[in-house]
Amino acid sequence: MARLTKMKLKKIGDKHQALVLVNHPMETGRRKDSKTGELIPAHFIQKMEFKHNGNVVAEANLASGVSKNPLIGIEIVGAKAGDKVEVSWTDNNGESGGTDAAVS
Amino acid sequence: MKRRTFLKGSLTSGVLVVAASAGLLKPGKVLAAAYPEAAFKTEISPEEALNTALGVSGDMADSGDINIKAPLQAENGAVVPIKVETSLPAEAIAIVAVKNPAPLTTFVNLTGAGGFYSARIKMGQTSDVHAVVKSGGKLLKATQQIKVTVGGCGG
Repeated sequence: MARLTKMKLKKIGDKHQALVLVNHPMETGRRKDSKTGELIPAHFIQKMEFKHNGNVVAEANLASGVSKNPLIGIEIVGAKAGDKVEVSWTDNNGESGGTDAAVS
Repeated sequence: MKRRTFLKGSLTSGVLVVAASAGLLKPGKVLAAAYPEAAFKTEISPEEALNTALGVSGDMADSGDINIKAPLQAENGAVVPIKVETSLPAEAIAIVAVKNPAPLTTFVNLTGAGGFYSARIKMGQTSDVHAVVKSGGKLLKATQQIKVTVGGCGG
């Protein structure tokens, strides 16, 4: 099942911030299940790629040191109304997801 | 009968969504650089991790052009919001929690986006956090100590 990925484009002055929220556990692989005492396998997002009108503008590398349900923000330069911003991510288990939004 | 057709319909649309996202992601995967797994290992020094991730070694100079926005004290180490802003022409921005098991928490390669990166990180204990900016082939940093009252690792 696809995980929920949300993106919000926020205008700050003449700049735009793209904030991405993914519903993801970001397990470190070092945490134990409190009932069984077994280690919970690592499960975290590795790559997150941002595109502005089809061009890759930023490529974030994440690891288990990022909080669960990661909220990642970058700045889109020179965005005009109607521009398309896309984000896509992949995790260490091969799961992936993404979303897009238009600059308003 | 109605229920059956409804189920069928939702199944096919579900499959289509999966196919579409897989198709969309493929070209991105080919273009993207390999994931630097070694940089996020535990028990390596922050300098080593940054060298692996960004390909730059040597000392990091402090820079007044990097602005790190983070709480002075984090009540919950599992979620520590960090914002890094810089006026320098940044090629990459990394967030390093010095005393974490894996000091490098996350970094971003910028190929057109502005000098800004924000993320929420986990912190095991009170530690210095470096905001490292790669600019002109050099590493520059700004540092802030964040006090953690409840750890974010284990739990």
